[in-house]
Amino acid sequence: MPVKVTLTVNKTVHHLELEDPEMPLLWAIRDLLGLKATKFGCGKAACGACTLLVDGVPVRSCSYPARLGKGKTITTLEGLGTQAEPHPVQQAWIEEIVPQCGYCQPGFMMAAAALLKRVSNPTDDDIDQNILNVCRCGTHTRIRKAIHKAATLAQTGQAQPNTPEDGA
Amino acid sequence: MAHKGKLSRRKFLIRTGLGTAGVLALGTYLARNPIRRSVLQTLSTMDLTYVGDTDDPLIWFELTADNHVLLLSPKVEMGQGIFTGMAQLAAEELEIPLERLRVVHAATATGNIDGLSTGGSTSIAGLWEPLRELAATFREMLRTEAARKLGAPLSGVQLKNGVFQYGDSQLTFADTAAGVTDWNLPETPALKAADAFRHIGKPVARVDLAPKVYGDPIFGLDAEMPGMLYGAVLRPTHIGARLLKADTQKAAGMPGVVQVVEAEDFVGVVARSYAQAERAKAQIEAEWEAPVHLQQADIEARMTVGNGKHTIIQKEGGPMEGPEGETLEFRTPIGAHAQLEPNGALAHVEEGRATVVISTQVVGLTRKEVAERLGMNPEQVNIIPAYLGGGFGRRLHTPHAVPAAVMSKAVGRPVKYIFSRQEEFQHDMFRPPTHHRMKGRLGADGRLEHLEHHFVSGDVGNNSALMIPGVPTILGADIGAVRGGLLQYTGVPNLRAVYYHVDLPFATSWWRSLGLLANTFAIESFVDHMAAKAGQDALTFRLQHIPQDDALGARLRAVLERAAKASAYTETVRAGRAMGLAASVDAGTPCAQVVELSLEEGKIRIHKVTCVLDPGLAVNPDQVRAQCEGSIHMGLSAALYEEMQVVDGALTPVIYGPYRMLLMKDAPREIEVILLQGKETPGPVGEPPLGPIGAAVANALFRLTGKRPVRMPLAKSI
Ligand code: FES
Ligand code: FES
Repeated sequence: MPVKVTLTVNKTVHHLELEDPEMPLLWAIRDLLGLKATKFGCGKAACGACTLLVDGVPVRSCSYPARLGKGKTITTLEGLGTQAEPHPVQQAWIEEIVPQCGYCQPGFMMAAAALLKRVSNPTDDDIDQNILNVCRCGTHTRIRKAIHKAATLAQTGQAQPNTPEDGA
Repeated sequence: MAHKGKLSRRKFLIRTGLGTAGVLALGTYLARNPIRRSVLQTLSTMDLTYVGDTDDPLIWFELTADNHVLLLSPKVEMGQGIFTGMAQLAAEELEIPLERLRVVHAATATGNIDGLSTGGSTSIAGLWEPLRELAATFREMLRTEAARKLGAPLSGVQLKNGVFQYGDSQLTFADTAAGVTDWNLPETPALKAADAFRHIGKPVARVDLAPKVYGDPIFGLDAEMPGMLYGAVLRPTHIGARLLKADTQKAAGMPGVVQVVEAEDFVGVVARSYAQAERAKAQIEAEWEAPVHLQQADIEARMTVGNGKHTIIQKEGGPMEGPEGETLEFRTPIGAHAQLEPNGALAHVEEGRATVVISTQVVGLTRKEVAERLGMNPEQVNIIPAYLGGGFGRRLHTPHAVPAAVMSKAVGRPVKYIFSRQEEFQHDMFRPPTHHRMKGRLGADGRLEHLEHHFVSGDVGNNSALMIPGVPTILGADIGAVRGGLLQYTGVPNLRAVYYHVDLPFATSWWRSLGLLANTFAIESFVDHMAAKAGQDALTFRLQHIPQDDALGARLRAVLERAAKASAYTETVRAGRAMGLAASVDAGTPCAQVVELSLEEGKIRIHKVTCVLDPGLAVNPDQVRAQCEGSIHMGLSAALYEEMQVVDGALTPVIYGPYRMLLMKDAPREIEVILLQGKETPGPVGEPPLGPIGAAVANALFRLTGKRPVRMPLAKSI
């Protein structure tokens, strides 16, 4: 039975009819909305490539049915910031030249943005405990530096955070 | 707006060795048995020639109306940063600002096709001259036209920032090329001298940085076509499984299913979404025949030095005989690539033509395989390479383009086929397991008299689709498995490296750095062991056995000395922290690393890695650093945690997590990379820094615990 669902993604309201009521949010975002920054890595909530924010909380969207997004505020990397108005995390990622292949990076950036929202100046331990994504290219040390830099950028207002809303 | 004109096909860039891959150049050497030359010579003479068309600038470059130059790259970008390096090389000779040069993947329809692959850390080194010559030639072709259009003598036309100038008149590249159909090819111009470089050698930001930070749809799996469907293919979960029968009735009735495709060699399902295709596939009732008794212990028993056919790949002096001396044995496990973007392909087969978008390291080979299966000419198949979400050798064969094409043909619509992560793990072409027996004996002077490396490995290059049939037999050795397997301590009078070949029941192949990680783990752990036996520190002992009088030896000594100095290397355990040193030479690039670690609540904590690499000229020092960091993280992950095992005939685990990889909490808090430049030209970068890391960790653990780890993954030895 198809289900109708209204999703608010990056401040835009979308009325969707899901032919497959179990369609994961990842695929609704990628295939129905055409937003490709959120990546498929494992489909089992094990790698973090599909991380996006639901009401400001990081969620592995491959394992989150799209219908549960009803009434919630969803933010993907495209909604975090743009080249013209980068989020501090994106600005820091640019300055530290973090990505290699880049495939894991949207997930890391979303997880980092969520962390910074909760902890404005995270310690290395905060990073270790909260950022559990997988990167095969080995950008870990640059990611750590970039998260610290993003915290500084956000505090000094050098990059305007287009803060992901929490729907509250 | 692209301009393409008739080009007099005079061969004006004469390259030596064109048509032979680097693979073969090393092969010829190894075939000369017994081997008289030293390992260092071997590696330094490895042929890195680019294999492809380097005669025609017009298949490499296009111009846009807004005065940008497009560089159509036959090499693919998988994170290694070559698009940036290539942009630097080309912009240097084109005399344009870097931001006006855009690198894009060349679809095979453009005609610019790599004759081999993107891999082996050879791209920048191999293109170092050809690409600059192409750019310089293109520049002069344009200058000739500009002179004609401006009515100026050739020598009077100046080029500044991509604009030709003569007196007050100006012409952009695009204006210059407009309407030109017949290009005059100049003699290959002289290349810029190193001291005039404006782009080369500068740590410029990656050219693909913004698309990757703002989430542009650049990867293979991001591609879409109108009317696209998803395909899934039934694959076995067990090694060597044979499909006896598949009942697809239930699958065909599943929601969203468009068609079940039963081809001669696979059963697939095409559905409207990825999830539906996967769910329907799971409903195929399949009967398999598989040897379910196979266990890890069987694999290891088979993978033991002494089994199989052997080839002596290095031989100086005599063999070590008699009871005296030291022997240690080492083992490394099966490793998965685990690249983040699963394999997949988007194919659209139409009447008389096919289009495939794919993340692949072998564009030409993929075209050939698709064309053969569809009964088309290669020219009818257009492979559009996309950015790879990681390569690491996993995509040096991408035969899954074929089922995507077959499914597309069956349904008459574009089909995207994606591996599930379980399939990615179980149907990887793994890093082969290895076993090593190291032997050595000290002379009365405390120096090594004998050093021997006997090792067995599963195939790396032998069963590769890239390998020329017959070559493995001629060589006797697998060109990938022996990487790093030769002993760099050529000051030792009696040296042996002996490779054993054993077949495995599952596919193994290229994994970033090939045999280097495993071989260096064994060799450099053992040399450390012998240093302790000799009562010497690890640095002095190594230096004693590396000749000063050859160029590569001198560079190896330099990286070792610098690494020890920069890290303040000590063999004293201080505040619970111990250091380990190791070095390797891979394809002419020496690298030394020092790891500093401690144990925290029984877990290994890596504090710092100091890495000294001598890649020759670093075209982009920041990206060379990034490759060192990447190699260190990937090498630590493999050395400390990763392991595939055969359990009841199946390769396991099948998901991240159980397949334990390095996470933020495990990563070194600090990596210091120091680049030396021991030669004028660029050498390989992407793999050499993966050599020492495993041994450096093992050596540090030995200092800390007094126990020498002899098995990867090393975290299990604690
Ligand atoms: S794709 Fe969702 S966690 Fe891996
Ligand atoms: S940058 Fe490639 S996986 Fe992280």
